[in-house]
Amino acid sequence: MESTYRVVMMKPIDKVAVVLSNSIPAGTHVAVTCQEHTFEVNLKDTIEFGHKFAVVPIQKGEDILKYGEVIGAAVRDIDAGEHVHVHNLEGKRGRGDKVVNG
Amino acid sequence: MGKFWGYRRPDGRVGVRNHVLILPTITCATQAAKQITELVQGTVSFIHQHGCAQVGVDYEQTFRTYVGLGANPNVYGVIVMGLGCETHQARSIAGEIAKTGKPVEVVSIQDHGGTLMTIAQGAKIAAQMVQDASAMMRELCDFSELIVGTECGGSDACSGLSANPAVGVVSDMIVDHGGTAILAETTELIGAEHLLANRAVDDKVAKRVYEVIQAMENRAILMGVDIRTGNPSPGNIKGGLSSLEEKSLGAAAKAGSRPLQELIDYGQVPTKKGLVSMDTPGHDIEQLTGMVAGGAQVVLFTSGRGTPTGSPIAPVIKIATNSGMFERMRDNMDLNAGTIIEGVETIDSVGKRIFAEIGSVASGKLTKAEILKQHDFGLWRIGPTF
Repeated sequence: MESTYRVVMMKPIDKVAVVLSNSIPAGTHVAVTCQEHTFEVNLKDTIEFGHKFAVVPIQKGEDILKYGEVIGAAVRDIDAGEHVHVHNLEGKRGRGDKVVNG
Repeated sequence: MGKFWGYRRPDGRVGVRNHVLILPTITCATQAAKQITELVQGTVSFIHQHGCAQVGVDYEQTFRTYVGLGANPNVYGVIVMGLGCETHQARSIAGEIAKTGKPVEVVSIQDHGGTLMTIAQGAKIAAQMVQDASAMMRELCDFSELIVGTECGGSDACSGLSANPAVGVVSDMIVDHGGTAILAETTELIGAEHLLANRAVDDKVAKRVYEVIQAMENRAILMGVDIRTGNPSPGNIKGGLSSLEEKSLGAAAKAGSRPLQELIDYGQVPTKKGLVSMDTPGHDIEQLTGMVAGGAQVVLFTSGRGTPTGSPIAPVIKIATNSGMFERMRDNMDLNAGTIIEGVETIDSVGKRIFAEIGSVASGKLTKAEILKQHDFGLWRIGPTF
């Protein structure tokens, strides 16, 4: 009963959608609608409440958008339906660890 | 709508509480100050580790914070309590607070013959001050006299979808009623600065937004650390937030949609009405303290993971972003915005509900944090002590 799951995608240009109901098991087919766009996604991972999944394939190094804004970059290729979180998304700001000291 | 019952102070400002504050200017006086609050009903105080061996910007910031807390209109009168030898002299701080016209007294442990004599002296003054305070009547005041602080802590993925946008609606309503709403948490504006700068009233304020946020980001870069080791926190990450930018975009929703009038320093009182931003860290208690020192009489605090936080001086209205946490932490949370996630209520209707609650709380209704005596204090420090 996929209709019992609540999913929100903020802007049509976003690469991710957020699960707002109890976790959705891997293998579930979800139709995500944002304004006039609908994305048909097969979940590759179980997605917990409050967590995100990719609605489209994302390439390594590509910016990931939510709220229509950049929330970080993909550290590897991400398939549609994959869980998007700290394991495959890295913030780009406040990254003193990436500054090479001369 | 738009009116509340408050206490008019000699400087014209309006309080929503009528506390007598025992203000320890130095760590060494905090225990004695706390003991006075146990003896005398109607007094409040807080524990901290500051007031000595601070220099430069830290000296100024600590001084400004102490003065601001004493001057906050929710405080009827103040007993400034020092040890005697500390950097932040009780008498200098009392002198600044006295400019508001409210009753201010000084007690000092080294001058009064030790802890017990100081507690006796302080309690005696406090008892009289509380009785004088209790004779004050509330009068009908306008929302234009309110400074409302906004804060989010223990954020989850719902924060940016429910409670924060609802607080954004409230922020707009406060501004439209002629009052002041404070946005803070500079750390949690990293990645959303362009959205805020675009709303600045002029180029000067816009430039300051970028400067302040760049300075905060540079602290992480100078330390050679990944800011994510501290923010988003483990709880934020568990709640679904993946990066600081993602958290920031949700946090900035608290600022509503009105123009940004100014960007003020930590603990500084706003010089303009409308939406203002204060340079504070994301640390909940430190930013709460900064906003209350800046004169906020009421604070709105949204949380996804839940929080017990409160202030000794200002009521903190805590708003849950999701119904699950609201049910689990009813002891701590005042309102639930999780109804937005469930599609039961709109962002706008929850905003109106929060606005009405501000009126009730400002008129005397106690918040959960007040009932539980959650008297937190945290000071933002920039450098080391010497």
